[in-house]
Amino acid sequence: MKDLVLVVTAVILSLAAAAAIYRIAVGPSLLDRVLASDVLLAILGAALAIDMAVNRHLNNLMLLVALSLIGFIGSVTVARFVSDRREQGRD
Amino acid sequence: MTDSSGFDSGFDVVIDSLTAVFLIVGALMSLGAGIGLIRFPDLMSRMHAATKPQVLGLFLVLAAIGLQMRTWWVWPILLVAWIFQLLTVPVAAHMVGRAGYRTKHLHPELLSADELEAVVQRAAEAKGTEALREGSKHTGGTGNK
Repeated sequence: MKDLVLVVTAVILSLAAAAAIYRIAVGPSLLDRVLASDVLLAILGAALAIDMAVNRHLNNLMLLVALSLIGFIGSVTVARFVSDRREQGRD
Repeated sequence: MTDSSGFDSGFDVVIDSLTAVFLIVGALMSLGAGIGLIRFPDLMSRMHAATKPQVLGLFLVLAAIGLQMRTWWVWPILLVAWIFQLLTVPVAAHMVGRAGYRTKHLHPELLSADELEAVVQRAAEAKGTEALREGSKHTGGTGNK
């Protein structure tokens, strides 16, 4: 059952990561790419947590928190940068 | 799977299958976000899909960790990790949505209600008059600073 869960979640997360990478590649705007990279980060976090749950250890927990912090700082920074640049360009 | 006696092995099976369900549903949240990212037409609806693995998916997976570890002190740590995500995700989504609205990355015909339009317009007007005033002040008083 452990191996079955690992295989099923690995397939599902791989498909989801492929979809997010596709959106990063073709995304029409910068904000779409930021959003897709945020989703990719969430998928990575889910993979780390699934590894912790299946193998019964807590080594990745701080990494998970740091990952959410990085995603937060990244999206906020890029969002501010985008709005500032567009407003200056329009004036 | 651990050193369980015959008494609570049925309990173990229940917890293990609950963990499997949590993990697979939590992974399906990520898949839903991926499909939504591909198929939805504009930034706002993609944001709607993107928040699923960040909140509910993370909750399910962390609950699976808590079920598998079988120690009580894990739960507060997992709760702190989840609450941290719960605090940061809405702020990031707010910033991205604000930038997306102001740079016109949306289809206005898909919105059922737009309460932000009047506010943005008023702010833009106020900023325009302020910039005008500052510009005249700057040209009037050159050399003072």
